[in-house]
Parts: sequence; C-alpha cells; structure tokens
Amino acid sequence: MGLLDYFRASRKKGSAAVARERLQILVAHDRAERHQPSYLPKLQEELIAVISKYVKIDRRMVSVSLERGEHQDILELNIVLSEGGTSASR
Amino acid sequence: MARIIVVTSGKGGVGKTTTAAAFSMGLAKRGYRTAVIDFDVGLRNLDLIMGCERRVVYDFVNVINGEANLNQALIRDKRSDNLYVLPASQTRDKEALTRDGVQGVLEELAKTFDYIVCDSPAGIERGATMAMYFADDAVVVTNPEVSSVRDSDRMLGILASKSRRAENNEEPIREYLLLSRYSPERVEKGEMLSVKDVQDILSLDLIGVIPESMAVLNASNSGVPVILDEASEAGQAYMDMVGRYLGEALPHRFLEVPKKGLFRRLFGG
Repeated sequence: MGLLDYFRASRKKGSAAVARERLQILVAHDRAERHQPSYLPKLQEELIAVISKYVKIDRRMVSVSLERGEHQDILELNIVLSEGGTSASR
Repeated sequence: MARIIVVTSGKGGVGKTTTAAAFSMGLAKRGYRTAVIDFDVGLRNLDLIMGCERRVVYDFVNVINGEANLNQALIRDKRSDNLYVLPASQTRDKEALTRDGVQGVLEELAKTFDYIVCDSPAGIERGATMAMYFADDAVVVTNPEVSSVRDSDRMLGILASKSRRAENNEEPIREYLLLSRYSPERVEKGEMLSVKDVQDILSLDLIGVIPESMAVLNASNSGVPVILDEASEAGQAYMDMVGRYLGEALPHRFLEVPKKGLFRRLFGG
C-alpha cells in the first residue's frame, strides 16, 4: 500500500461496517423468530380475520410475539388501527 | 467411545470438504484412529480432495443397502494408517441415506475408531441433516461474508433442534466456529468482517482461523489435504485447529497483516 492509498483508506468507511450492521439486525430477527412457538403465525392470521370483521386494518400492523421470561412468558399482541391514528395494544 | 464430529456450514463453497479432509488427517497424524465420511450423495468430492478417487469400489449407500460390508467400502489413506475414507454414492436417489442405515454404519465405525468426521453437503436437505443428526460436536465453517454468516446461524438453529441430542434432551452438540478464507489485509482496510465481528454475531467458540491461501487450491489440485503442507499458513492454521479441538490452548495466528518497514509502507510493495 502506497502513501496515496493510506489517505484514501482513512477517508472512507469500509463496507465491513455495513455488513456487520446488516447481519446483526438479520440474525437477531431470525433468532427471535426461531424461538417462537409454531402456532404464532396461525394465531396472527385468525386475529387479523376477526379484527377485520369490525375494523379496517392493515395486516402488517398486527404483530404477535411471545417473550420468554424466567418465571413467566408474555404473549404480546400489538394492533395498530390504520384510521384516526388510534392504537390499541396488549 | 468414538466421538462424531460434523463439518457443516449451510452455504456451499466455504471449505467444508477442505476442512473435513484436513481435520481428519490431523487427528490421524496425532495417532487417533479416524474415519471421514462423505455425506454428499450424488456429488461425491471428498475422495478427490483426499486423493483416493481411483480407489473407490463401494460407497456409503452400498453399505447401507447391504451390497457391501463396511470394510470393503472403507479406503485406507496411503499417508496415514490411522485414516479411513468412506466415499459418498453417486446415485441420484437422495432417499438412499436412511436414518437407520446411517446409524448402523456409525455404530459399526464407533467400535473401532476414535473419531468419526462427517463431511456435510451444502444446504439443509437430507444429506446435511443426516450428517448432523448423530453428531457430538459440530465445526461450523464460515467465510467472513454476509451470506455465509447468515447461513451458519441458520445451521446453528437446526443443530439445536433437529439432532439426536436435541430430540433426546441430552447435552447439546458442542459447536465451534472455523473462520476460513480470512484476509487480514482486507480486514485492516475495512473491507472484510473481522474475526471479532463474526464471533460477536454468531457467539460461538472459535476453533480456528484459516487465512486465504494459495496452498488450498494447490492441495486440492494434487489430492493432498492442505494440513500436510506444513510450510503453508493454511496448513499450520489447520494444525492449530486440531490441537485446540484436542484441548490445547493455542493462540490464534495469521490474524494480523505482517508488519512492513517504513520504506515499503511509504512507497508500496
């Protein structure tokens, strides 16, 4: 590496930092999904079906997750209503 | 009791077979009776990397189907009396590897061998799941590259849920990270994920770092496991990895760019 390269290298941030960030997010997401019980996707579908009977919702705004704690597990439902900006959660 | 080690990765082309060949040769050179099995049914290649492709008569599937006995199919390595190769079948029938069949072969090998190394195919199909199912230890071969790291993480999930140890609620498979094709120059420039980056993401015990090396292609060209190229960095890094697997505390080498003098730093070279 010559003198010129030295200055060039210190000026730009390498692509490795981008790779690291992307992977951290992706792997965390994959792992969270992996530890979810298999009934969650179906539960989510059925919830969307029921709620849609009464309110107009965007299906992407319904999330279901299970958090495992030491003494208890928390099933978290997060439903954001699309109109009027009101949101109901848990 | 034999110990069963799977060499796996998810992604193809990261160095599983190179690692299986080097690792099994290293264990054999240390005096352990070692068998290495190619699980890549339909795409046999371990025999080529080990340099015994012209001595294949019977294969893994022949043994499972009772068309040959294990001793007829095992090929003794010409460089080490402790090392035997069980080649994969070239059949296109992926269903040929049955769980009972694989278990039978492993149990028979376990009677006379100290270590059984299972070279997994890429992907998550039957060959790969069979290679890991009976494993005690797993070497996850990863390149410092996004798709390889992601696939390795997927394999860790499968190892933790779909193995005999997991299904029987036994002590989980011991998992080790082997980082291969590592280039300290590119890491220094910020162009490649560092050892620490990959370790942080996968949170695994690091068993070795194999530097990118011309020696690996030279070794596969000539059918000699790269660990026998003792002058090469890759060969030495594999020897260290075998030592660490056997419990030796060895510092990781080849992680830094060799220091250059001031003259070469300023004017290149």
